[in-house]
Amino acid sequence: MTLAVLVLLPFVGAALPLLADRLRASRTVLALSAALMPALALVLLIAPAGLVFDGQTVHAALPWVPSLGLALSFRLDGLALLFALLVLGIGLLVILYARYYLSAQEKAGRFFAFLLLFMGAMLGVVTSDNLLLLVLFWELTSLSSFLLIGFWSHQSAARKGARMALTVTGMGGLALLAGVLLIGQIVGSYSLGDALASGDLIRASELYPLILGLVLLGVFTKSAQFPFHFWLPHAMAAPTPVSAYLHSATMVKAGVFLLARFYPMLAGTNLWFDVVTLAGMATLLWGAAVALFQHDLKGLLAYSTISHLGLITLLFGLNSELAAVAAVFHIINHATFKASLFMAAGIIDHETGTRDMRRINGLWKYMPYTAVLAMVASAAMAGVPLLNGFLSKEMFFAETLESSRLGAMSWVLPLGATLGGVFSVAYSARFIHDVFFNGEPVNLPKFPPHEPPRYMKVPVEILVALCVAVGVLPSITVAGLLAVAAAATLGGELPEYHLAVWHGLNLPLMMSVVALVGGVLVYSSRNWLFRQYARLPEINANLIFERRIQGLARGAAALSNFLRNGSLQSYAAWLLTLVALVLLVHLSPAVLDGQRALLPLDGVSLLAGVMLVVAALITAILHRHRMTAIMSMSVVGLVVSLAFVRLSAPDLALTQLSVEIVTLLLLMLAMYFLPVRTRMESGWPRILRDLLLSVIIGGGVGVMAFAMMTSDFQSISGYFLENAKPGGGGTNVVNVILVDFRGFDTFGEITVLGIAAMGIYAMLRDLDLLSAPSDSLGRPWARDAHPLVLVTISRPLLPLALLISVYIFLRGHNLPGGGFIAGLITSVALLLQYVASGVAWVHRRMPGDYHPVVAVGLLLAGITGVASWFFGHPFLTSTFDYLYWPLVGKFEVASAMLFDIGVFLTVVGATLLMLANLGKLSLLDDKAKEGA
Amino acid sequence: MEAMVAVMIAVLVGTGVYLVLRARTFPVILGITLLSYGVNLFVFISGRLALDQPPIAGAGPSTDPLPQALVLTAIVIGFAMTAFLVVLALRGQGETGTDHVDGQRDDGGEA
Repeated sequence: MTLAVLVLLPFVGAALPLLADRLRASRTVLALSAALMPALALVLLIAPAGLVFDGQTVHAALPWVPSLGLALSFRLDGLALLFALLVLGIGLLVILYARYYLSAQEKAGRFFAFLLLFMGAMLGVVTSDNLLLLVLFWELTSLSSFLLIGFWSHQSAARKGARMALTVTGMGGLALLAGVLLIGQIVGSYSLGDALASGDLIRASELYPLILGLVLLGVFTKSAQFPFHFWLPHAMAAPTPVSAYLHSATMVKAGVFLLARFYPMLAGTNLWFDVVTLAGMATLLWGAAVALFQHDLKGLLAYSTISHLGLITLLFGLNSELAAVAAVFHIINHATFKASLFMAAGIIDHETGTRDMRRINGLWKYMPYTAVLAMVASAAMAGVPLLNGFLSKEMFFAETLESSRLGAMSWVLPLGATLGGVFSVAYSARFIHDVFFNGEPVNLPKFPPHEPPRYMKVPVEILVALCVAVGVLPSITVAGLLAVAAAATLGGELPEYHLAVWHGLNLPLMMSVVALVGGVLVYSSRNWLFRQYARLPEINANLIFERRIQGLARGAAALSNFLRNGSLQSYAAWLLTLVALVLLVHLSPAVLDGQRALLPLDGVSLLAGVMLVVAALITAILHRHRMTAIMSMSVVGLVVSLAFVRLSAPDLALTQLSVEIVTLLLLMLAMYFLPVRTRMESGWPRILRDLLLSVIIGGGVGVMAFAMMTSDFQSISGYFLENAKPGGGGTNVVNVILVDFRGFDTFGEITVLGIAAMGIYAMLRDLDLLSAPSDSLGRPWARDAHPLVLVTISRPLLPLALLISVYIFLRGHNLPGGGFIAGLITSVALLLQYVASGVAWVHRRMPGDYHPVVAVGLLLAGITGVASWFFGHPFLTSTFDYLYWPLVGKFEVASAMLFDIGVFLTVVGATLLMLANLGKLSLLDDKAKEGA
Repeated sequence: MEAMVAVMIAVLVGTGVYLVLRARTFPVILGITLLSYGVNLFVFISGRLALDQPPIAGAGPSTDPLPQALVLTAIVIGFAMTAFLVVLALRGQGETGTDHVDGQRDDGGEA
C-alpha cells in the first residue's frame, strides 16, 4: 500500500505551496513546502526499492471501477523504480533550482503546485499496473505540462507553445487510449501484468498492426519523434526549470518509457523494427542537424533532446535485447546531462538576460565555475570518453552494427548513427565554444554577468558529478539499477553485457573517433554552414500549426453554420432524412416473410381503412384550408378509435374518442388566433423532397409494421393476465397495469400532464394576441356567441355526462374505463358548457382555477403510493377488499382506486387548465375589440 | 387485415412527416397529430392483431394488454403535447408576429 500512498503524495503536496503562498511565505519556504512531499516519497521508496533490487515486483491495488476493468493498481519493478527515481530525484533538484530561478514577482506557489501535479501524474504513469490507469495519468501529464509550458501566460509564445504541446500530445493520448482498449479486448483484462504476459497473443492478432500504430502514435507524439517533433522547440517558451524537468527527464521520456514498458508486448516483429527504427533514425538525424543551427541556447538543447530521443527510440526498434539495455542506459544518461545543461542554460539566461548565442560569447571570463559544469555536461552529450554519454553511445554504435534486418542495406544504420554522432559533437562543441569563448559578449542586456547564487549551482553540480561518476566507474554506480531496469524492460533474463570504458580497439570505438573528429570539423566550418542554412526556406512550425488549427476551426464553424442555420424546418428535414436513410439501409424484403396467420379482412373494416387513408391524404393536401383539414383529421381520429374497438382494445377506443373531442376544441381555439390563411411557402423542389421523404418513411414504417404483425412473438403479458385478479383485484388488465403493476409509470405520466398544463398556463400569461377580424374570404365572424339550441341541450347533458363518468370510473377496474377515460369524459362535459354558454357564464357558477385540482390529483396519487410504506410494502403496492353495498351488491374496493381518483383529478384539472385558459384568451380578445 | 392496418400506419406516418416539414405552425401541429396517431397504432400492433379478445381477465382468450396500457397513456400525453405545441405556436406568433416556424417575418404584409 506504500506504493499507492507514494503516488498520491505529490498530488497532496501540490496543495502545500498554494497554502504557503496564501500565507505570504518567502520563496525559500515555498520551495521547502513543495519539496516536502517528493522528499517523503523518495524516503518511502527506499523499502520497496530494496525488494526490487532483490528481484521482486511490488504491487498495490485498490478497486476503482471494476465493471470497466479500471483499478487503482500500481507496480514497482526495475523499470518503474528507475523512472520513479528520475522523476522524484530530478524533481527535487528542479525545485531547488526554481527557488533561485523564479523572480520575486512571479507566482511561485502556483508554479510549484503545477510542478507537483505534473510530478504526481508522471509517477502515476511509470508505476501504473493497469492500462487504463496508465492512460489516465498519461493524459494528466499532458494537461499539467500544458499548465507548466504556459506558465508565463502573458507571453503569446508561451500560450501558443502550450496549446501546441497539448494538442499534439493530447491527440496522441487519445490514440494510445484506443490502442490500450484494443489490447484489453484481446487480452481480456486491463492489467498490465496480464498484458505483458500475452505478448504472443497480441502479436499474433490481426489487430496487431492497428494496435501498434495507435500506441506508437501516443509514443511518438509524447517523445517528439519525427514527424511530431515540432511541438518540443515551441515548448521552450516555458520557464527553464520546466524545460529542465519536462524536456530532459520526464514528459518526453514518458514516450520512450512506454516503448520500454510495452517492449515484451509489442516488440519483436518486423513491423516494429521498420516503424520504430526508421522513425528513430529520422528523428536522430533531423534533430542533430537542426540543433547545430539554432541560435537560441534552449533551441539547441531542444533539438538535441529530439535527437537523443530518436536515438533511444532507434535502439528500442532494433529488436535486440542488448539494444534495449543500451536504450535504458541512455535514458538515464540523457536525463542527467540534459537536465544539467538546461539548468546551465537557465543560469546563463538569468545572468546575461538573453539566450542568443550570437550575443553570448566569452563567458569563461565572467562565470568560470558554471562554464566548467556546462562544459562537462556538454562533453557527456557529445559522447566524450570518461563521461556517461560515451558509454551508452558506444553501446548504440555497437548495436547498429549488429542488425541485419535491412539485408544489403544494413550499412545504413551505422552510417546514420555515425552521422548523428558527428552532428551531436558539432552542436555540443558550439554550446561550449560559442558561449564560453569565441571573443567578447555582444551587447548583453545584463553586463557584466556574474556567477549565480551558490545554491542555484548545487543541482547542476550533483547532476554533473553523476555524469562523471557513471562515466568513470559504471560498474559500481549505475550497473545495479540498470540491471533491474533492463531486466524489467525485457521481462526476463538479461543478455550478457559489460559496462566498461575500454573495450579494446574495435569498430564502435572507431565510429566514436570519427564522430568526435568529424564533429569538430563540422563545427569549425560553421560560418559557411550557417550561410547555407540561412538560404534554406524557413519552416515555421508554429505558423503552419496555427494556420491549420485556424483552418480546422473555420471548417468546423462552416460545417456547424451549415447544419445549424437557425431554421427549425431544416433541422426537421435533416432528422427525417436520417430516419429515411436508416430505413432504406436496414429494411430488406426478407422481413416480410412472417409466418403468423393473417386475419381475414371484412368489408366494414376495409371501408373504415379507406376512409382513414382518404381523410389523412385530404388533411395533408388541403392543409391550407384549415377548417377542411381539421374536419378530415377528426375523421382520421374517429377511424382510429373504431380500429381500437375492432381490434379488441375498448379502453383505447374510449380514450381516443374523448381525446378526439378535446383536440378538436383545441384546434378550433388555435385556429381563431392563427392567421386565417396559411401562406403557400414551399416551392416545387422542396415539396418534391418532402414528398420523397414522407413516402420513404411512411412506407418504411408500414413495412416494419407489417413485418411485426406477421411474425410470432413472446409476450411478458402472461404474468399480468394471470395476476390481475388475484394480485390487483380487477379484471380489466389494462387498468390494473396502469394503476397497480406499472403504477409508478402512470404516476410519472400524470406528472408530465400536470407539467404540460402548467407550461401552457405560463405561456398564455400576458400573451398579447389579437385574432383576425374576418375569415379568409373577408367575411366578419358571426357575433352570435351562444347559439340557443346548443345552450339548451348542453345544460341537461352535464349531469348525465357526469353520471356516466362516475360509472365509467367505478367499473374501470373490472371493465373498460378508469380514471383516464372518466377524467376525459368529465372534461368534455364541462368544456361543452364553456363552448355553449361562454367562459363568464361557467365561471360564475364554478371556480375557474384548475391548478389546485391538478395538485390535489397528484398529491392523492402520491400519498396512495407513500401509504403503502407504512404497511411495510414498496411504493404503490395496492391492496383490496370487498364491501357490501346496498342495491349494488358485493363491491370491491381497492386502494388502487384512490390512485385512480388521483389520475382522474389530474386529467380533469390539466385538460381544463389548458383549454379554459386558451378560451379566456378569446374573451380578452373580444373585450379588446369591443373597447376599440 | 394486417396489410390494411400496415397501409393505415404508412399513410398516417407519411402524411404526418409531410406536414411536419411545412413552414407554418398550423400544418406542423396537424402533422404531429397525424404522426402520433400512426405511432400509437404502431405501438399498439406490437401486441399483434386480435378480434373480439379484449384484455379482460377470466373472459375467454385475451389479447396482449401491455401495449394497450402503454398506448392509453400515450394518447393522453400526446394530447397534452399537442396542446403545448399549439400554445407554443400562439406564443411564438405573439412574440414574433408571424406563424412561420423559423420566426421569419412576412414581407408582403399579407394575412
